[in-house]
Parts: sequence; structure tokens; C-alpha cells
Amino acid sequence: MTFERFCQGSSLLHRTDPRFKIAAAVALTLVIALCKSMVGAVFGLGVSLVLLGIARLDFRQVLWRLLLVNTFIAFLWVMLPFTYPGDTIWAAGPLKISREGVALAFLITVKANAIIILFISLLSTSTVADLGHALESLGVPNKLCLILLFSYRYIAVVNEEYQRLARAARFRCFRPASNMHTYRTFAHLFGMTLVKSWTRAERVGQAMRLRGFNGRFYSLYEPHATAGDFVFLGVILVAAMAIEALELGLSLLMFQG
Amino acid sequence: MHISEGVLSAPVLLSGGVLTFAGTAIGLKKLDYDRIMSVAILASTFFVASLIHVPLGPGSVHLILNGLLGVLLGWASFPAILTALLLQAVFFQFGGIVVLGVNTFNMAAPAVICYYLVRPFLKEKKYRAVAGFAAGALSVFMAGIFMALSLALSDSGFFSTAKMVVVAHVPVMIIEGFITMFTVTFLARVKPEILFGKDSDPVSQ
Repeated sequence: MTFERFCQGSSLLHRTDPRFKIAAAVALTLVIALCKSMVGAVFGLGVSLVLLGIARLDFRQVLWRLLLVNTFIAFLWVMLPFTYPGDTIWAAGPLKISREGVALAFLITVKANAIIILFISLLSTSTVADLGHALESLGVPNKLCLILLFSYRYIAVVNEEYQRLARAARFRCFRPASNMHTYRTFAHLFGMTLVKSWTRAERVGQAMRLRGFNGRFYSLYEPHATAGDFVFLGVILVAAMAIEALELGLSLLMFQG
Repeated sequence: MHISEGVLSAPVLLSGGVLTFAGTAIGLKKLDYDRIMSVAILASTFFVASLIHVPLGPGSVHLILNGLLGVLLGWASFPAILTALLLQAVFFQFGGIVVLGVNTFNMAAPAVICYYLVRPFLKEKKYRAVAGFAAGALSVFMAGIFMALSLALSDSGFFSTAKMVVVAHVPVMIIEGFITMFTVTFLARVKPEILFGKDSDPVSQ
């Protein structure tokens, strides 16, 4: 199973310094997440679509990812139109659809998708290893970055170990169903994965101490920001401020009207 | 289990961020460099748990196991869950950066509460199974309550959605209870040092 589907590539976004991409992603996400108007949200979606275009990723994979992530949003579509208080625009028996509910569900859909696309094009175009080093140079505590880098390193290993145990269980005719036997079996499979991971952690820890590990990783890639990185961040910040200005302008208009 | 970006209001996002910041700071302060490897690998195991789908009636739910993580790690649950959620955000775009604080708090705070409430009972053999069930069920229930609160406090119109969130957590809570119970009794038999630390004597457990 490959987790990092989008980090390979040679587009402008793949080459931009991860530190600048993190800063850009935080700024844009903040602004879009707090949009209250449709105009701001759509503008944000536009910006993130432009970024997606620049990242030149496999379109079908991005679409598939978007479908998966929209499940929580689908839950909101099931709930909000019926339960959000407001003017009724359609009613059938006890079910009433409110205008405000539909509007809010729509707004959330646009905002959430804008942010997901942003995330794919800005952060998922770097490996977690690069992001971890970038976070450290941005001032995130050393211990936290170590946890991030180590667990990133071992996710695939732990997953493979679990899959191996699950495969062994399948060979022995284990068929998951809703019963106690299933839950006990899953617990034991997971427990065994934990035991193996734990002993692995001890072994790796000892091996690293033996080689003089002092709590720091020395990366071969010294990050150096180019002029292009600064221009990129500048453009993104201008876009973020434009969205915010649009929002403020609209809310002022609403206030006066 | 995640709240996606674009749903919550600024005050809720800010408070979640501040609480997670504080929790993570405490967790990191209590954590010495020797245990970093264990916390990191438990964070990856926690991530893998979220990929495991357990059948429930006609559908299936994925494991959360924040209660188990809580009794094993205590305050270090905060950095571990923060890491696992950040990796999920980068790999699968579940959750996001601005909402990361709220999502982390919603799962890590119940884990820490379970550490204080439940862990003392795990040491005694006759309470171990019940305590394991309680850790799994309570932590998911509290996570559901916190998630519902984050929604309801963001916008009063989310109230019915928030109630549905809590109701939806009840079946998950029962499954998590059983799985945590079986995992805890399994660990006590197979590798007690994960539960009780290095100096534990396997014979007396």
C-alpha cells in the first residue's frame, strides 16, 4: 500500500521549499476556513484549483481522493438541510428543508473541497520526511519532529506486519462477522502487531544509541530558499489577503444594507 | 471521526488549537528521549488501526483505539495522536491543519482521562477485563461528546447534527470496548511490560 501518492513529480510545487509551502498552506487554509460568504469560498476554490493545475497531478487520483474525503460532507448534507433552523423551501410531512440549511451545507462543501485541493497541491507534493525537517526549521519542538519522522518511517512496516497476521488468519478460514469471535480475533491480531512494533522500537532505539544518536537528524539536503520561493509565498499571501478583503468588504456591505 | 475543514467557527478552532498546544507541551515535557521511539511506533500503530475495518451489522467501522493509546502512553497521547492525525491529513486529506487542534484534542483528551481513571485498575487481574472495556468505550464516547460539542458550540444550528454524532458513536463505543478489553488482556499475558513498564514481573501478573 502506498500512502504518498502525490509526492513524486517535477512541477513548480514539487520543487518549492517545503517551509514556504507550509506557510502558504496555513495562510490560505485559515482564510478559507473562516469564510462566511459564498463569494470568498468560491474565490478560495479558484485559487486552490489554480494551484492544483500548477502541481500537474494525476487527475483521476485526485478525483478519487476527493470522493473519499467528501463522505463526512455527505453526512452534513443528510443532516443540515432538514435540521438547520430557517425558512422552509420544501416540505413533505414532518420533513422540512430549510433554505439556510442548504446554503450552509453548500458553503461548507465548497470550503472543505477548496482546502482539500489546497492540501493535496501544497503539502502532499512533499514527502513527510521533507515536511518534518521543514517543520523543525520553522520552530516546531525537536521531540515532536522526531516522533513525526519515526512514525512516518514505520507506518508501512507496522501496516505490513498487521497485513501478514491478517493474511495468516484468513488462511485459517477467519471470516469477519459481527460476533465476539471476530472482535477477539481482531484484538489479538492488533495486540500481536503492538508486541512486534514494541520490540522493534526497542531494537531500533538500541541500534541508534549504539551509533551515537543524540536526538538530531542530519539531513543531506540543506534547505536554501531561492528567490522563486519568496515570490511564490508573496503571491499566495496576496491571494489570501484578497479573499479576506472580499470577505470584509461583503460583510460591511451586508452591515450597511 | 474527523471534523473536516470549513465547518467550525473561529473561537472553537482557536480553543482547540490552544488546548492541543498545551496538552502536547505537557506530553513532550514528560517524555524523555529514550521513550521517543516507543511513542513514535505506537503513533504508527494507531494510524494503522484506523485502516482496520471491523464488521458491524451490514456495514463496518474502523478502529480508533484512543483509549488503548491513553492507558499505554498517558500525556504522551497528545503528541502521538497529533502525529497520527497530521500524517492522515498529508496522506489522505482527512482533517486538515487548521482543524488539527480540535481533532487532536477531541481524541487525546479522552485518552488522558482514561489514563487517570482506568489505568490503576489494569494492574489487578480481576478488574483488568472490565477496565479494558471501560477504557475503550469511555474514550470513544467522550470523543463523540467532544466532537458534538465542537459542532454545537460553532453554530447553534448544528445542534441536531451534534446529537446524531453522539448516537452514531454508541455502536462504535461497544466494539471499541470489546476490542480494547481483548487487547489489554492479551498484552497482559503476552508482553506485560507494554502495559506496566520494564520492571513488571510476568509471573506475578
